[in-house]
Amino acid sequence: MAEVLVLVELDPAGEGVRKTTLEALTAARALGEPSAVVVGAPGTAASVQDALAEYGAGKVYVAESAEADDFLVAPKAEVLAQLVGAVAPAAVVVPSSPEGKEIAGRLAIKTGSGFLTDVTEIAPDGTATQVAFAGQTIVHSRVTVGTPIYTLRGNSVTPVPAPAAASQVPVQVTLSERARQTRVVDRVVEAKSSRPELTEAAVVVSGGRGVASAENFSLIEALADSLGAAVGASRAAVDSGFYPHTFQVGQTGKTVSPQLYIAVGISGAIQHRAGMQTSKTIVAVNKDPEAPIFELADFGVVGDLNTIVPAATQQIAARKG
Amino acid sequence: MGYRQVTSMIGSEAGPARAPRTTAEVGLTMDIVVLVKQVPDSGGQRALDPADNTVVRATADNVINEMDEYAIEEALTVKEAHGGEVTILTVGPDTATDAIRKALSMGADRAVHVSDPAIHGACAPQTSAIIAAALSRLDYDLVLCGAESTDGQVSVMPALLSERLGIPHLSGARKLTVEGSTARVERQTDGGYWLLEAQLPAIVSTWDTINEPRYPSFKGIMAAKKKPVQTLTLADLGIDSATVGLATATSRVVDFAGRPPKGAGVKVSDEGDGAEKLVGFLAEQKLV
Ligand SMILES: Cc1cc2nc3c(=O)[nH]c(=O)nc-3n(C[C@H](O)[C@H](O)[C@H](O)COP(=O)(O)OP(=O)(O)OC[C@H]3O[C@@H](n4cnc5c(N)ncnc54)[C@H](O)[C@@H]3O)c2cc1C
Ligand SMILES: Nc1ncnc2c1ncn2[C@@H]1O[C@H](COP(=O)(O)O)[C@@H](O)[C@H]1O
Repeated sequence: MAEVLVLVELDPAGEGVRKTTLEALTAARALGEPSAVVVGAPGTAASVQDALAEYGAGKVYVAESAEADDFLVAPKAEVLAQLVGAVAPAAVVVPSSPEGKEIAGRLAIKTGSGFLTDVTEIAPDGTATQVAFAGQTIVHSRVTVGTPIYTLRGNSVTPVPAPAAASQVPVQVTLSERARQTRVVDRVVEAKSSRPELTEAAVVVSGGRGVASAENFSLIEALADSLGAAVGASRAAVDSGFYPHTFQVGQTGKTVSPQLYIAVGISGAIQHRAGMQTSKTIVAVNKDPEAPIFELADFGVVGDLNTIVPAATQQIAARKG
Repeated sequence: MGYRQVTSMIGSEAGPARAPRTTAEVGLTMDIVVLVKQVPDSGGQRALDPADNTVVRATADNVINEMDEYAIEEALTVKEAHGGEVTILTVGPDTATDAIRKALSMGADRAVHVSDPAIHGACAPQTSAIIAAALSRLDYDLVLCGAESTDGQVSVMPALLSERLGIPHLSGARKLTVEGSTARVERQTDGGYWLLEAQLPAIVSTWDTINEPRYPSFKGIMAAKKKPVQTLTLADLGIDSATVGLATATSRVVDFAGRPPKGAGVKVSDEGDGAEKLVGFLAEQKLV
């Protein structure tokens, strides 16, 4: 069976692989047998071996080097290009983070290949599905040159276990001067949230301008916590200083695709929809019955968030007893 | 339209490609090229053309890619601190002159517009080859661009250019400082930032947290009309038009369809029982 290279995305907090890696391994199985590629400091592969085996990696290419994390993006692209040359895979699948897209682009130039970003599905014949224009249009695309490279949008594929050998294959890493051009001097964590990561969360509760103040966002946080959810915000809420930019959902923020998205005090502008339209179930609370968010809500409540949200939080807590 | 078309700026044709400046040549002033793309307004009607599955640009409500305004603002700020010139570089159809005019009225000094019918339907790697060819005919210490465009949302152009030109890319900047020949960037991440460092010349892609773009002043709008705009074709850049465009693109849209509208959901009014109904719905759907 053809080999498909899957770049492993590690959890930034050092807790194994990100869920996006398991999604990529699952999606890659449509095209052939996934081989995971680990680029990182010595010891990294050992710490993620079990997860890679459980989700179908026949092989694990171990590209470990003390300097791998000292430089931005380029080392990963260089290792992948080396492997594409050596094993001639059927395709390469990379999780669709900002870093993943940069890696895919560099790899495309290095290998003379085409690439497709933010794909939500890959068919056995290599055709990829993408969602364009704020979710209004579904597009099917194909790479026509070289080794197809895909970046897979988070939460579009459900990870399915498929135990495999995950036999380790060491890869010699010798970084070129060009891969050392942009140095990562420091990694600074400003706000460590105890809530799930926005793009990976099963439930997201977002607040908009209607929340009216930074203090009042505690209502959104309380509802989120009662559901074990991540907190999101519209751009108007971010621009008004109610909530940090990291949590912005939409065209210029995060794209989320949770099981449940609750939009509170958000009108539902096209640019906001761009980031949440593919959520499985959408619930909206808005005092304006004409708000466009109701056009895509499975369940909408017309009313004041200041009374509805705290009451809902209380009732959810009560149900959990 | 009201532009003075100059061809003398970088030679009567585009001239031969040059090697990037070495660090030693990087002077105290900063010559900056800002990449600006014109895109269909994300709030308006956007569509693909069923004839060839490319983005409809001719009839769309076209605007400057919003993220690029942050790159222009940052370029002007760096110029104000260090001196130098700001050149706008756009690859796109003739209508893109509107985006160029806006950039010039914000305060950029000049523009280069690469326009050629053969570019229609180009994929990102092809476009990057065109931008790279144009860049290698300009003098620059810094290339600034947006972190992503709203039509393709590919967010890879600066990475492709970095790869082609062999110069460093500092991506997703929420803060940029230039000191001597060193560029430092705070790269926006989830819950914090990475501090990046590289030598000039370099490409920096900007995030919308980096600054607040200025509005063009009346004076700026008037001045923009007299600023030089050079128009180049693929031939001027020494690019064979057969290697660019839909026919030879590295990826292709096979088909597309409107996303099926979601069936209208339930909408209830809060009569003091809104929370109860909401939680009832979640329970019914087994979401609580
Ligand atoms: C290029 C570009 C990119 C953009 N990117 C993004 C993006 O990534 N994400 C994003 O979100 N937006 C983005 N926008 C902005 C977008 O167009 C909207 O302006 C924004 O989404 C509006 O946010 P909002 O719904 O919170 O605010 P508003 O549109 O002001 O809506 C507030 C809503 O709250 C309701 N409300 C007020 N008080 C209450 C109350 N007490 N109880 C219940 N409801 C109440 C109101 O009825 C109203 O519907 C972008 C715009 C552009 C041009
Ligand atoms: N055709 C183009 N002409 C000039 N700049 C471009 C073009 N395409 C992309 N860019 C620049 O690259 C950035 C990222 O674009 P993209 O990779 O298309 O998301 C944009 O914000 C622009 O600054």
